Amino acid sequence: MNTEYSFSHRHILGMEQFSRDDIAHILTTAESFKEISARSIKKVPVLRGRTIVNLFFEASTRTRLSFEVAAKRMSADTFNINASTSSTVKGETLIDTARNISAMHPDVIILRHFSSGASQLMSQYVQAAVINAGDGAHQHPSQSLLDLMTVQERKGRLDGLKIAIIGDITHSRVARSNIQGFRTMGSEVHVFGPSTLVPLHIESLGAVRAPTLRDALDNADVVMALRIQRERLHDPLLPSLREYAQRFGLSHETLGWAKEDAIVMHPGPVNRGVEMSPEIADSPRSVILDQVSNGVAVRMALLYLVGNA
Amino acid sequence: MSNSWIIENGRIIDPASGRDETGTLVVTNGCIAAAGEPVSADTSRIDARGSWVVPGLTDMHTHLREPGEEYKEDILSGARAAAAGGFTGIACMPNTIPVNDCAAVTQLILERARQAAVRIYPVGAISRGSQGELLADLGELKNAGAIAVSDDGRPLVNSQLMRRALEYAADFDLTVISHCEDIFLGKGAMHEGPVSTRLGLRGIPPAAEAVMVYRDIALAEWTGKAVHIAHVSCAQSLALIRAAKERGVRVSAETAPHYFTLTDEAASTYDTRAKMNPPLRSESDRQAVRQALADGTIDAIATDHAPHSCLEKECEFELAANGIIGLESALPLSLALVADGLLSPLRLVELMAFNPAKILGLPAGTLQPGSAADLTIIKPDQPFIFSEADICSKSRNTPFLGYEFPGRAVLTMVGGEIRFQKELL
Ligand SMILES: [Zn+2]
Ligand SMILES: [Zn+2]
Repeated sequence: MNTEYSFSHRHILGMEQFSRDDIAHILTTAESFKEISARSIKKVPVLRGRTIVNLFFEASTRTRLSFEVAAKRMSADTFNINASTSSTVKGETLIDTARNISAMHPDVIILRHFSSGASQLMSQYVQAAVINAGDGAHQHPSQSLLDLMTVQERKGRLDGLKIAIIGDITHSRVARSNIQGFRTMGSEVHVFGPSTLVPLHIESLGAVRAPTLRDALDNADVVMALRIQRERLHDPLLPSLREYAQRFGLSHETLGWAKEDAIVMHPGPVNRGVEMSPEIADSPRSVILDQVSNGVAVRMALLYLVGNA
Repeated sequence: MSNSWIIENGRIIDPASGRDETGTLVVTNGCIAAAGEPVSADTSRIDARGSWVVPGLTDMHTHLREPGEEYKEDILSGARAAAAGGFTGIACMPNTIPVNDCAAVTQLILERARQAAVRIYPVGAISRGSQGELLADLGELKNAGAIAVSDDGRPLVNSQLMRRALEYAADFDLTVISHCEDIFLGKGAMHEGPVSTRLGLRGIPPAAEAVMVYRDIALAEWTGKAVHIAHVSCAQSLALIRAAKERGVRVSAETAPHYFTLTDEAASTYDTRAKMNPPLRSESDRQAVRQALADGTIDAIATDHAPHSCLEKECEFELAANGIIGLESALPLSLALVADGLLSPLRLVELMAFNPAKILGLPAGTLQPGSAADLTIIKPDQPFIFSEADICSKSRNTPFLGYEFPGRAVLTMVGGEIRFQKELL
């Protein structure tokens, strides 16, 4: 890495903003914070006196908890705003909310929103740094960074790998972030799912559209299954979850096409028996729990990098 | 106020007669005078050197928001914007609150229009409340002054109703204007392509428009009636329209300046000023629209002027309202097509003045002696940067602020009265 490197991003909105050096720097920083979570006193004073707002317009216990734990381990003051219980239900717009929260002078706003582009919009109206914790089907950069960290730990590198992403690509911010993140680091991303759930123009993002599940998994180093949401049945994009599990779910048999040491990932929560058979989720190949603990480390790194500006 | 003029030294462009020559145009008592007619004593002179003198432009597709949403626009402010853009007449769509589906609303619009800077032509609804279920009283609308019917903004799903509308409207010489959109395919925030894929926004395929364009062509062909397709945005629709015209189907079509100027890239930063319906399409669609303007597949350029306040536009992209204002920028953007060598000046005037009036059956769009002196003087080579100062509309929702345009209208005359003048000629 360039010795003169300095992290220059005010907001964390999506993976496309990052260079290879940026990602390497974030992961190195996260690695150094990981050690803190292993101590008996899991707290450092790095962000003491800083105010961090968790603003969630979409329920997500995992991501909110992960950010909250990360912030607390950095000694920041955290506030959780569940937008379904706040004034937003009374017709306050996202921009009103942004201005109101901004008036309380937080240092970082962590935003989860159902609408693509929401965090970029918010970043235009607040003084604080904005971290996108998932906006619609657009981006989820901290998820992608924790996936990169997990793969790096297991594979020792991030370049020259074959990453297979299986499932609902269309509605997945995780897929978009990971296609960009892994591509930036020099790996190939192959996507596969029901044709109703893979965008026609997915290759414009740099992904390879696999014609069959076997093509996607063949010789893969990393296999990532995405969550299938029940509401896709009503769109209608899928006839049934049962049919999905049969044709697109990961099993020991289909995983046999991947490399022997291939790892299995999932952004959670897993629909056991749908995206993968229960044995897969619990097998030694599964790194799903590593993803969770790396999530805290990556989010500590992000808070440190933008919260100290 | 004088309404007799001698307009000298201008390039007179009149598609009705095919005239395109430098000369003198005389206006006597608000009407175009015949050559050699005696000039009245109170006649003033206008030197139109370096300018085009053309029949007043007609915008066959605007949204004036009155009644009901006057905070976005009203008839008078919309008419001022029209005059500033070189239009002498505008057709206003019925999706007001309430919907213009009856004589009372049409009369209210025309009552307000008496003080307006330009002529206002109300478009009535096809269906009651634009609900797409029952025909509106088209005869009553016609008697009250509606010149066309459309369910613009509320796509007509029921094909049987569309067929009946084509037949019944023809009995009253009402043009039927169709907003072609399959509402199921049309559910989305922008064009389906690489940009929507990257932004994670639900995409609208061109087929959402084209399948309904074909439905309307099939109905027009079977019934022998005429249909006008609003705001065509994509190559697929244009291929259908071109083929239908070759078969002799009575179909006409308009596009809007944004479709031949911008692509879906304009929305690549979630800029809600690039959100409209139909959406901005791909570069190949944009090229197809330009080609269709040149080869005659498209008959008219209309604005689809759709004012919205910042309340509807400063928000999440998916929640933002569709549409942009267009009255002030339509002619400048269209002049760029002449500057690019794509259209002749005569063809441009056909697209913006002669054809819209013809499709709507209006006594306008011509400089023939005896017709009302509705005319526009255009400086085609007077580049300017489009700024808020050029906007007369109540709303500012346009992606074109900061654009350099090649020229503009400098004088708009309605019935011999100057309704807009940019500067002394
Ligand atoms: Zn429309
Ligand atoms: Zn419209």
